[in-house]
Formats: sequence, C-alpha cells, structure tokens
Amino acid sequence: MGPVSEMFRVAIVGSGPAGLSAAGRAAQLGLSHVLLEKTDHLSDTIYKYQKGKHVMATPSQLVLRSDQEFAAGKREDILGKWNERTREIGVNVKYNADVKSIRGTGPAIEGSVQKIVTRARDGTSTTKEVQRHAPPYAIELTNGETVMAEAVILAIGTQGNPNLMRCPGGDLPHVTYQLDDPTAILDEHIVVIGTGDAGIENARGLAEDAAQGNIVTVLNRAPRSTNVRESFATAKEPNAKALVEDHEAKKLTIRYETETKEVEPGWIVLTTRDGEERIRCDRIIARIGSAPPRGFVESCGIEFASADRLAFPVLSPTFESTAPGIFVIGALAGYPLIKHCMNQGYDVAEFIDGNTTLKPADEPLLAAKFAGLPGKRSVDQWLEFVRSNVSILEGMSPLQMREFMLDSDVRAYAKGETVFERNDPGSSLFGIAGGSVHVLVDAADPSKVVRIEQGSIFGEVGLISGRRRGATIVAAEPAICVEISRNAALKLQSQVPSAKKAIERIGVERQLLQMFGAGLTSEDIAGAVETAKIQQVKAGEAIITEGEDGNDIFVIRVGSMIVEKEIGGKPVFLSYLPAGSYVGEMALIDGGQRTATVRAAIKSEVIRIDGAAFGQVLAAKPALLERARRDMDVRRKTNALIESKKDGFSGVVDLFSEQAKFLVGQGLGEATDVLLIDERLCVGCDNCEKACADSHDGLSRLDREAGKTFAHLHVPTSCRHCEHPHCMADCPPNAIHRGPDGEVFIDDTCIGCGNCQRNCPYGVIRMEKVPPKKPPLLSWLLFGAGPGPGEPPYKWSKKHTRYTGDPAIDQALDRKKAIKCDMCAGIDGGPSCVRACPTGAAIRVAPDEFLTVARLEHEST
Amino acid sequence: MATLLSEPGLETGPAETAATAAATTTTAAPRRTRKISRERVSAHDGFLTHASGRWAKVGGTLALLSLGLYLFAGVSAAHFGGSWLGYSLGTIGALLIVWLTMLGMRKRAITPGRWSLKAWTSAHVYLGLALLVVGTLHSGFNFAWNVHTLAWALMLLVIASGMFGVWAYAVLPRALSDNRFDAGGAITEKQMIEALRSLDRQLHEAAQPLAPDDAALVETSLDEDPFAGSLVARVSGSYPNCATRRAARQLREARAFRPRTAGDPLDKVDSLLARKEAMLGRMRRHLKLKAWLQLWLYVHVPMTFALLAALSAHIVSVFFYW
Ligand SMILES: Cc1cc2nc3c(=O)[nH]c(=O)nc-3n(C[C@H](O)[C@H](O)[C@H](O)COP(=O)(O)OP(=O)(O)OC[C@H]3O[C@@H](n4cnc5c(N)ncnc54)[C@H](O)[C@@H]3O)c2cc1C
Ligand code: HEM
Ligand code: SF4
Ligand code: SF4
Ligand code: SF4
Repeated sequence: MGPVSEMFRVAIVGSGPAGLSAAGRAAQLGLSHVLLEKTDHLSDTIYKYQKGKHVMATPSQLVLRSDQEFAAGKREDILGKWNERTREIGVNVKYNADVKSIRGTGPAIEGSVQKIVTRARDGTSTTKEVQRHAPPYAIELTNGETVMAEAVILAIGTQGNPNLMRCPGGDLPHVTYQLDDPTAILDEHIVVIGTGDAGIENARGLAEDAAQGNIVTVLNRAPRSTNVRESFATAKEPNAKALVEDHEAKKLTIRYETETKEVEPGWIVLTTRDGEERIRCDRIIARIGSAPPRGFVESCGIEFASADRLAFPVLSPTFESTAPGIFVIGALAGYPLIKHCMNQGYDVAEFIDGNTTLKPADEPLLAAKFAGLPGKRSVDQWLEFVRSNVSILEGMSPLQMREFMLDSDVRAYAKGETVFERNDPGSSLFGIAGGSVHVLVDAADPSKVVRIEQGSIFGEVGLISGRRRGATIVAAEPAICVEISRNAALKLQSQVPSAKKAIERIGVERQLLQMFGAGLTSEDIAGAVETAKIQQVKAGEAIITEGEDGNDIFVIRVGSMIVEKEIGGKPVFLSYLPAGSYVGEMALIDGGQRTATVRAAIKSEVIRIDGAAFGQVLAAKPALLERARRDMDVRRKTNALIESKKDGFSGVVDLFSEQAKFLVGQGLGEATDVLLIDERLCVGCDNCEKACADSHDGLSRLDREAGKTFAHLHVPTSCRHCEHPHCMADCPPNAIHRGPDGEVFIDDTCIGCGNCQRNCPYGVIRMEKVPPKKPPLLSWLLFGAGPGPGEPPYKWSKKHTRYTGDPAIDQALDRKKAIKCDMCAGIDGGPSCVRACPTGAAIRVAPDEFLTVARLEHEST
Repeated sequence: MATLLSEPGLETGPAETAATAAATTTTAAPRRTRKISRERVSAHDGFLTHASGRWAKVGGTLALLSLGLYLFAGVSAAHFGGSWLGYSLGTIGALLIVWLTMLGMRKRAITPGRWSLKAWTSAHVYLGLALLVVGTLHSGFNFAWNVHTLAWALMLLVIASGMFGVWAYAVLPRALSDNRFDAGGAITEKQMIEALRSLDRQLHEAAQPLAPDDAALVETSLDEDPFAGSLVARVSGSYPNCATRRAARQLREARAFRPRTAGDPLDKVDSLLARKEAMLGRMRRHLKLKAWLQLWLYVHVPMTFALLAALSAHIVSVFFYW
C-alpha cells in the first residue's frame, strides 16, 4: 500500500456538478473533506461538451440549492464560474486522483454480505460474495496512494471506463484503448475497432500522412450504405463522411459487416460476411464505447436494485447506499440533470453533517402534482398513499417514490369520467390508488363493463406493445389514478422486480381477454394463461415454420411479424402482423402441419400458449371458436388470392413480396407511421420538404432524396414514429413524448445533448437552431422579399438573425436543439408534406395499412 | 393555443402535443385533446387518377355541355361573344383562368386544412383541358390580328405547355429514380457532387507523379466545373467538349505508344478518370431529367402572366369599345 493520508470526515469522488456541489457545501460547513477527481480539471463530463455549447438549466420550476452558481449559459462561462467559486470557498481538490477501490477498514458488519453477480455473454453467471466492513473507508487510487475518510460521497457520473475487447486474445499487449499521438506511430498495420467519433478520429489521424507508412483498417459491424448516418450510426456525420472519403482515396480501409473473432500476436482473425479472414496487425485500437461504472460501484459494497441494465443503486432517503457511510448522488443515482445533481450534492453534505430536517428541493414540484387532488394531505402523506395503495409500488423506498412521482402524474376522476378512450395512442401505465374503474369491453354497448379494483393497474398493453389503447376506461366511482409515464414504468420494472412480474402476469391475461373479445372472463382462460410463456424472438427468427407439426398459439406482445409461404420455390410475403395479433390458430383448429412461416420483422416478444390448453378454451366457448374460424377464413382468403395471382401475375406477386421485405428491412416493422414516396410519381420538386419547413419553424424534418429505394418505392429520411422509440431511451430531461395522434415529438425542454440523434437508428433527428422568421409569402411572390418557400439558406439565416447584445437572448437565439418530424400534430388536415405533394407521390401510412393484399389487387389491375 | 385550452373536456388537465408543449418535467401522455382531422391514405394514387378520375369527369362534362350548347342552342356565330351563351362561356373561361393561376399560390401557402395539392393538380389539369373547349367556343371562331385572338393564342400556349408538363410528369420520374438507384441505397444529388469532389481530390493526388504533359491533361478535367455548360447541353445531356472524357481518351492514346510498366501511376489515374466519367454521366442524366421536369414551367408560368394581361385587355376593350 502506498502513502496513506490523514483521516477526512468526508471524501467526495468525482467533481461533476453533484460532487462539486457536495464539496462546496462541505467546505462551507467546515467539514474536513477532499474532492477526488480523476482528470486534471473539474467536471469532466461538462468539460467534454462541444465548445460553446449552450447548457440548459432544466427543470425550470426546480429551485437551485447549492453554494455553486448555475444558470443556463455557455459551457465555458459555467465552468469558469465553478472553477473560481471552488477556489474562493476553499474546496480541497485533489486532481489526477482516479479511485480504484473503496474498502471499509472497520470490523466486519455481521450479516452484511454483498452478492456480486457477473453475467457472461453466453448467459451464464457467476456470483461472488463480499463481506462488508464498517467505516472508515480506505480509498485507493490508481497511482497507489490511499485516502482515508469516515464517509464517502460517490458522484462519478455514468461515463464509466472504456469497454474491453472480449474475444480470445483480447488481453494481449498490442490491444490498446486510446491513442495519444497518432503521428508517433510509423510503419504499422493497425486495426481500429469501433466506428464512433473517437475511433474515426484515431483512424484518420494514423492514416493522414502517407509518409508514416501505416496500414489502417477500420472494422464496422454495420453494412455499407450511401447514407453514412446508417452505416456509422454513432458518429457525427462529417466525421463519418470524411472517413468514407479516406477509404475511397485508399488512405485506409473500411471493412463492413466485419467483427473480430480472435487476436493473435501480430495478427487478427475477422469474421466477415464471406467467412473468416486473418490479416496482419501490429496494433489494435479498440474504441467500443464505455462500460457503465456498475462493476466498480458494486465492488464498493453498493447493491443495485436489480440485474437490469437500467437499474440504479438502492438508496435511503438520505442517499446512503447499502454500504453504510457511502452515499451515491448525481447521474449515478439516476438523476441526469445538472440541477438535480447540484441540489443533491448540497443535501447530502447537510445530511452527513447531521441535518435531519432538510426538505428535499423537489418538494414544491411534488406539491404541485398533488395540488389538484381532493383531501388535504402533505406531500409525504400523498406519496405514502400512492405507494401503499397501488400494489406494484409497494417495494419502493420513499426516495424512489419521490423520483417516481416526478416522472408521473396523479389525477382525480369523477364517477363516469373517461380516463382514456379506445384507439387513443398512449404508452403509459395507470395504477388505481383510490376507487375503481370500468373497462368498456364492447365498443358498441357501453353497458358491458369489467371492473378493475383499487390497487390494480391498467393500460399495460399500451405500455408493452406501444400500440393504441384497446378499450375505453371510465371511472366506476370517484377515483384517484396515477399515470406512470413509459420511462417511469421502465425504471420501475428495473428497480422493483416484483412489479415487473406483476405487470407481465396481468399483461398476458388482459391481452388475451382483449384480443378474443367480449364474453370471456379471467376464469375461462385461466388454464391457457397458466401455460403461457413469454418468449423473446430475434429479428428474422421464425416462431412457426411451414411444414412443421405443432399447434401452439402465439400472441405478438412486442414488435411485429411477417407471414411467408413457399410458392414455386420462393418465399412469398403473405401478410404483416402488428403487435396485438395472434397466429397459429389454423393448425390448432383444422389440424395438420403449419401452412406458412411466421418470422419476426424486428426484435419481438411473443406469448406462447400451449395448443391443447387453448383448444380446451375453444371447446368450452363456441362463440370464441366461431370468431377464430372467421379470422382464419379471412387469412385463408388472402393466402388463396396471393397463390392464385402467383400463376397469372407472378411478376406482380414477386414485386409485392420483395417490396414488402424491403420495407420490413427499412424498419417498417417497428414503425407506426412512415413517409413513403412512389418514385414513379415523384417529380423531384421538393415541395414536400418546403411545406414541412414552412409549417415547422422554417426547418424541414424530412430529407426527400436521402434514404433507400426499391423498385421505385422510396423510404425518405423522416421519422417512423416507432412503437418503442429508440430516441426516447436516453433523454436527460425526458423531452421526448408520444402525443395524442401517435406522434413522437420533442418538447421545448430539450437540452441539445444529441443523445436522441445518436440513438435513432434511422438518422432522422437533426440538431439545429431555429432560423429567423421569413417575410410573408405574398411579399415574396410580389416583391421577391426574403428567401422564398422552404428552409432558408444558412447564409440568409445568419444575416437576418437579430442579435440584441443581451447574452441571455442571444444565446437562446443560437441554441441548437433536436428537431424531428412531429407528424404535423395539431395541424388540421394532417401531414403538410403529403398535402403539399402535387402528384400524390408522398403518403404517410401505418405499415399494417400499407402491407396488405389490397395493394396487390390495386397494382395488378 | 388559448383556444385549445378552453376546449370543453380539457379542464381535467392540459393536453400536451407538439403544438402545445411548454416546459414540463412530466412525460405523462395526454388523455384527451381536440380531435384534429387527419386525412388517412393507405396507397399511392397519382394526380391523374385521383378520386377515380373525379375531375376528369367534371372537366369532360363541362366541355361536352359547352359543345352541346354551342351546336344546338342555335346562337348565331357572328358576334357570338356578345350572346348569352358567349357571355356565359367567357365568364366561365375567365374565372377558370384565374382559378388555374391560383395553383401557384396553393402550392406555396402551406395553410392548415383538409386540402391536398394533388387534388388541386388533378382539377387543374382536367379543368385546364376543358378550358380549351370553353375558351375556343367562346371565341366563336372569330380570329383576327387583335388582342382577343392574342389572348386565345396565349391560352393555347399555356394549355399546350401544360399538356407537355403532364407528359413529363407521367414519364420522366421513373427514369430519374432509376438513375439514382444504387445497390447501397439511392444516391442523392448532393452525394453525386460529393463523389465528384472526392474523385477530383484523388485525381489530384494520383496525378502528382505524372509527367508534366499528362498532369496538364488531368488538370483540365479538374478545372472543369461539372455544373457549367449551356442550357442546350443541360437539356440534351450531351457535352461534346467534356474535358474529363478528352483527358481520359488522350491519356489512353498516348499510353498506347509507351512501354508498359508495372505500377505505372497512369493506371490509377486512368481508373479514376473512368470512375469520374461514369459519375459525371450519372449526374448529367440527373440534371437533364430534372431540367425536363422543370423547364416547361418556365413557359407555362410566364405565359400565364402574359395571358392574364391579354385577358384583362380583352375584357376591358370588350366592355368599353364594343
Ligand atoms: C452532451 C451532453 C449534454 C448535456 N447537456 C445538459 C444540459 O444542457 N443540462 C443538463 O442539466 N444536463 C445536461 N447533460 C447531462 C449532465 O451533463 C450530466 O447528467 C451531469 O453532468 C451528471 O453529473 P454528475 O456529477 O453526476 O457526474 P459527471 O458530471 O459525469 O461527473 C463525474 C466526474 O467524476 C469523475 N470520475 C469518474 N470516475 C472517477 C473515479 N473512479 N475516480 C475519480 N473521479 C472519477 C469524472 O472525471 C467526472 O469529472 C448533458 C450530457 C451530455 C453528455
Ligand atoms: C390557361 C390555363 C392554365 C393556366 C392559367 C395555368 C396556370 C398554372 C400555374 C400558375 C401553375 C403553377 C406553377 C408553379 O407555381 O409552379 C401551373 C402548374 C401546372 N399546370 Fe397549369 N395552367 C393552365 C392550364 C394547364 C393545363 C391545360 C394543364 C395540363 C394539361 C396544366 C398542367 C399543369 C401542371 C402539371 C402544373 C404543375 C403542378 C405542380 O408541379 O405544382 N395547366 N399552371
Ligand atoms: S426519431 Fe428515430 S427512433 Fe425516434 S421514433 Fe423517429 S424513427 Fe423512431
Ligand atoms: S408529417 Fe409534418 S413534420 Fe413530419 S415530415 Fe411531414 S410535414 Fe414534416
Ligand atoms: S412533393 Fe411529391 S413530387 Fe415533389 S418531391 Fe416531394 S414527393 Fe416528390
């Protein structure tokens, strides 16, 4: 062990907004403290934002409580103020202090054992048990020093450490994870793995000067595409373009659809589409993202809520983790916004100093949420009311409840009031905290209802499938319901495993009831539900194969499927099945082998129900059998139609089939609404783009020419309004929502971090600033004033932006935010791009409306 | 937005949509909103066949009706314009012309509402064709060298150019699409330009080791602006003086007389020039097709304005000097 320091009252690890604020408070309180920072500057995450980035201070209603200042502004200004203030209040900062481990040095705590489960890629897992020890903690740094402290505040954010290569030979010494000086490397064969910005910059740096004699190969798992936003989804577009150009100029080589199989000294073995290949390799630079810091955090004795990737550490209301004396705050604790981080830093230092009466800073926000409810309760009482009455929330801690409520809403309903209506879009989950609701099971007859009692949930089908609501829900008596946003529901399921199970079980039962319609009760299908298994299906994998035996029924819960049949030696597309439909009934009802193959269009989830058990339900319920037969007949007719056309119009059927497969390949399987252009009609006038810009702040949300084309059917670059939008996954202020028409839109709280742009696999999000207003159309038509219809050219916008000299206003004018198609929500008449197309080339459709045989009939006449 | 919020049924909580979202931390989906009407379509349907040819039927009926009245109403052909039928046809014709002109506004004023430009175009085409009959009958076939006949002639010109436009719209888009097709997706105009730039940079580098004469030839290709070229060249897609083609040809000819060596830098230049030629060809085809799709509008629209002027003169003179 290296040199050991004096004993501090508190050590703060990480100097991001959370750690910085905690250290500031500790200094003000006069606690003996040290702030340990890995890098040689404060707040590395913010330090790494792009130059001049406008940092947002959301949520605006939340008051800031910190000894550090923070208001929306330029990155440089904010960092400058923090540096100055840190010096001023005498924070004891230790730079270049990369914490490697944190160990209790007191006696072993009886019965306190940390179980660390490590999962390998192949699904196996190993469990390690670690005995926790009481404080004080020995904090070991990578440079060998040790810092001693009675309490530790862990505020290391979520950046984590670089991912390591895991293939055989990945630990050989020529496998590296960073590159300091590309010009220092001469005459080497270098393989760069990873096609994010870091990897691209390294590769280009090494190949820049041919005189260095380096032979650089970049491995890309994605296939080649003319749209670099697709083939290099995680990189910035200019970077990716430059790399492709270097490849074309033969400066370096990009290998598409290639992965590493094995590393050997001096060589690397690659798996490519055409088999294995072994190439020379003196150095590997792996830039494959970073691993979340979970492993390190767990090794400190801190338990996570579940094995889920989204899970956060288990914390007490004072942010204390399961390791006594170690506190976790900031992004690592699940609060990704700077203001939250800073407030927690302040609070946690107060808690450690013994303050027990401090109210959390989010109190007013929560108070506002409960303001409209009947009955006078305090925020804490309301939280407890909701937690104890909604059964899936029972496992939540008070701290988790606070966070949960910030992302949710609670409302009171009068008797008979509608909560949501059938066919409304919505992916949120509802919990009944008081009263009960009725499900209108028959759209035609409002007197047919099923009651859902207090404590239970509803809306889970929308949450799981991302599809529209299946039934109308009205309050059966005065009721209080919490609406849990999709994000909060996902978080809940990862934090509270029992909630996940409950939602799944109820989900299966309700989905079956909803699908097979009125007249069924839970008892009727109990036997079938008993046998039901949830099964994950990879894209392209078949759940039913033509010609095989089997009579299980499959219900598509998430994702979508395509049905194909072998005709004349070729698989022919028969139909598209969205989430919420079922397959497999033909073999069950009529017996015999499977008559078609059903495979997943995208990664999906199905409920598999045992054929025999379902057969019994059918036998007991003739009405259900009747319905199933009717559905089956419709499907049979479709198949027969396609088979008959195949004789006379085989070209048409082939085209239909191949176009359908092309569209599925373009992500239609997860789309709810997609822009399609028939290039036999499109005259290239770009009026669609102009109309989009003119109805949306002067910025077009579609790129007509870009995107792929097959047999004159073109899928332009524009949002598909995915069932489970990838863009929503990682938005710090939760600015991305699904609106009432099913549109996925970004609201004004966007902080411009660019996560959604990186996460969208279809490259449809742009980061832009809003151009100044143009003069009205008539003055352009009559006098030529302004740039005319459509997105104004960059130069014009620049020239006409009216800066005021007031930095607050000017920075807002320059603020870049994420923009994307909002399906023209709120605009009467619907999508402007479609309405403005003079020839009818552009349409916006739902995939299940488009991928039907009706189209085949249309085409062949 | 204020009107949205005062909508009945909304008091239970503000509905958030892209149009109404303000700063908020909740992600709760809205529960109820004003129903906005949205047109749903499920298949492509071109402007010529829009709504099963509704406007073709309307236009056809208008033309037949006019013709029938003209033939059988027994109005004398001399001074036909002044007769009741002449007045009616003239009024219909003038209104039609004004309405047909409004297409230019409709195309650019992206107002909310259940209109579609496709329906407008469909009506424009078929009513424009009907105008041929209405306008011509209105003339009563009294042609002379005056402003009245000028108006009629301009009308014919506009209609003829419109017919050409319909032909172009019906035939050329497929070729445009085929030309953009690329196994990796579909190449855009911007990508064509970028590809040419990138080839130019590579050519520049590859030409460094060449002899001065050869390098000068490559230079002529680099100096050539792919967008230059006369209107004729653009429309015909033929560029007889293309520097790239010439450079490629002359280099190849010159090489025929030299001994072949391994690793000759000319090999690389040659293949780059061939690629550039192919890409230039593709872009020129693209520009040619786009030109044909647009050029006729440069007759159609100015002639429309000339027609409006002549029409005004015609109407004024008729009322004041007849
Ligand atoms: C591009 C981008 C834009 C964003 N824009 C905004 C915005 O406008 N507004 C907003 O509110 N939020 C924004 N965010 C989110 C916000 O930056 C983060 O959520 C916030 O910085 C998290 O703060 P933190 O203190 O928890 O961790 P971090 O800021 O990540 O700080 C962690 C610190 O710990 C250090 N560290 C890590 N490991 C160790 C170790 N082992 N030993 C010692 N030190 C260590 C790191 O070097 C770093 O300095 C943005 C995020 C990104 C990526
Ligand atoms: C006197 C009669 C006509 C007048 C005044 C007229 C006028 C116009 C005008 C002003 C435009 C708008 C152009 C633009 O702004 O881009 C237009 C477009 C067009 N016209 Fe006509 N037109 C007439 C007859 C016709 C006829 C007879 C046809 C076809 C047979 C026709 C076919 C078209 C087409 C295809 C367009 C292009 C639509 C588009 O791309 O938006 N027009 N016309
Ligand atoms: S932005 Fe991308 S991920 Fe998000 S809904 Fe649209 S297409 Fe899907
Ligand atoms: S639907 Fe509206 S927002 Fe979306 S691309 Fe079309 S015009 Fe733009
Ligand atoms: S408006 Fe229609 S015809 Fe014009 S470019 Fe767009 S899709 Fe093509």
